[in-house]
Amino acid sequence: METSHRSRGKWMLAEIFMILVALLFLVPFYFLLVNSVKSFADILTDSAGFPTTFVWDNYVQAWKLTEFPQVFWNSLLVAIVSNVLIALISSMAAYRMVRHNTMFNSILFSAFVAAMIIPFQSIMIPLVKVVSTIGIMDTRIGLILCYLGFGAPLSVFLFHGFVKSVPKEIEEAGRVDGSSAYGIFFRIVLPLMQPIVVTVIILNALWIWNDYLMPSLILQSPDLRTIPIATYAFFGQFKKQWDLALPALVLGITPIVIFFLLMQKYIIEGISQGSVKG
Amino acid sequence: MNSKKKSQLLQQWVFVGPSALFFLIIVVIPFLLGLYYSFTDWNGVSKHASWVGFRNYLHIFSEDPAFLNAFWFTVKFTVLGVVLTNIIGFVFAYLLTRPIYSRNALRTIFFMPHVIGGLLLGFIWQFIFVKGFSSMGSALNWSFFNLPWLGTEGTAFWAIVIVFVWQNAGYLMVIYISSLNNVPKSLIEAAQMDGASRGQVLRKITIPMVMPAVTVCLFLAISWSFKLFDLNLSLTKGGPFKSTESVALNIYNEAFNISRFGMGSAKAIVFFIIVAIISFIQVRATKSKEVEV
Repeated sequence: METSHRSRGKWMLAEIFMILVALLFLVPFYFLLVNSVKSFADILTDSAGFPTTFVWDNYVQAWKLTEFPQVFWNSLLVAIVSNVLIALISSMAAYRMVRHNTMFNSILFSAFVAAMIIPFQSIMIPLVKVVSTIGIMDTRIGLILCYLGFGAPLSVFLFHGFVKSVPKEIEEAGRVDGSSAYGIFFRIVLPLMQPIVVTVIILNALWIWNDYLMPSLILQSPDLRTIPIATYAFFGQFKKQWDLALPALVLGITPIVIFFLLMQKYIIEGISQGSVKG
Repeated sequence: MNSKKKSQLLQQWVFVGPSALFFLIIVVIPFLLGLYYSFTDWNGVSKHASWVGFRNYLHIFSEDPAFLNAFWFTVKFTVLGVVLTNIIGFVFAYLLTRPIYSRNALRTIFFMPHVIGGLLLGFIWQFIFVKGFSSMGSALNWSFFNLPWLGTEGTAFWAIVIVFVWQNAGYLMVIYISSLNNVPKSLIEAAQMDGASRGQVLRKITIPMVMPAVTVCLFLAISWSFKLFDLNLSLTKGGPFKSTESVALNIYNEAFNISRFGMGSAKAIVFFIIVAIISFIQVRATKSKEVEV
């Protein structure tokens, strides 16, 4: 009894310590939020204090100047379409590669695994050339295509590991019913793959949503800009005008933070899954 | 028989075709093209690129101090970034798998910075370093906060390290937590029965059992820090005086700012080779330390 009391006391200290560390972790968000509603003069004179007058107009200005609704829509469209397509084509490829381990498929799979270590910076220079040769530069299709190609290796790899653990006998039922290979995949195998589908979608969603370099190389038109490139352009234009820059940053991080808070159970499970399997 | 073969071929195309095709266009062809450009003096615009042999590669290693500086910066940054994110991530995970009431909320807080992209984080922290720290410095009178954080070479380096650790320790924490939860309770109880202290349990059982997670976390941290780009671009832009320019940023500037695509491609290939060697060595070294239950 006494030891359990003592050990609880000891974890109490650990708890207090961790709460203090967590507060330290939140300090940047505090600075960001309180200063986003201060006037420019107040930011310069006192950036640590709580705002005395709330200048909500900062947000109105930032919303208009960044064309936030348009930019948000661009990010959302690219992220959703790329994500769904990557999950679809990678799971199909991985399934076929596991079930029909031909010479061609095993070479292709090795190529996918090897390509996982290629840094994007190693292919970005000629990629621009390839994309403009095909004639899809400065289009959403071009950007989505780049995500499909560059995202496929890791996604195929994750699906491949999972399909190996799905017993082949399960498919027999479908075969007896006379389903085609496509029917077996979509009606029997894909539903079983749901945990890994969640993992793949979460990893790709975080990557694509936050990616700056790929869209900055492919897109030029201002009306196609995603959140990271719009933020970069905005910062270049309103450098040091913190009363506009800070609310723009808050707007920029809000969608992904809300997404995280709503989906955190799946995100955290998905990441644990993906890494342990990987 | 023939129609079965045909339908097999069609299935192969339908299932594998799209991934293989996009992979070919977006990764394989650019990679091979890049290899070719690295032996030319292509400037990105002109139709002509003349073959220069190994001249770009020789130039990188003998006459390009900026690249060597960027390389050295990246190595130092990687070592610190990898060690700190892993130690902090593991300590967080260890404490948050103990009986702590607020652990779910704490996990959420530590993980949150990771979901925000490096580019936006860099801008947020630019404000913290420039305005936030100086106001805390004048309030608390700590010299730590009064340093010109982004203004000198030494402090700008640490500024990037601080933000990197803040951004990524929580992600590694999540992986370590799931691995710590997988250590069989019976194993730990048996050791405690035999009179092992908490420190002994940690060293002799817990750490060897989480080695697979260590492999994954080292791999991730090395890959993030060695490929540092977004955070670097928005926080310091490589400055002051290119002292905090990462290899990835150096390659980007070489190609897209001064239009030396041939040279940039050669750097990109060197970068790829180094990344490949590091990944290979690292996976080998940690795999040998894993234990199986």
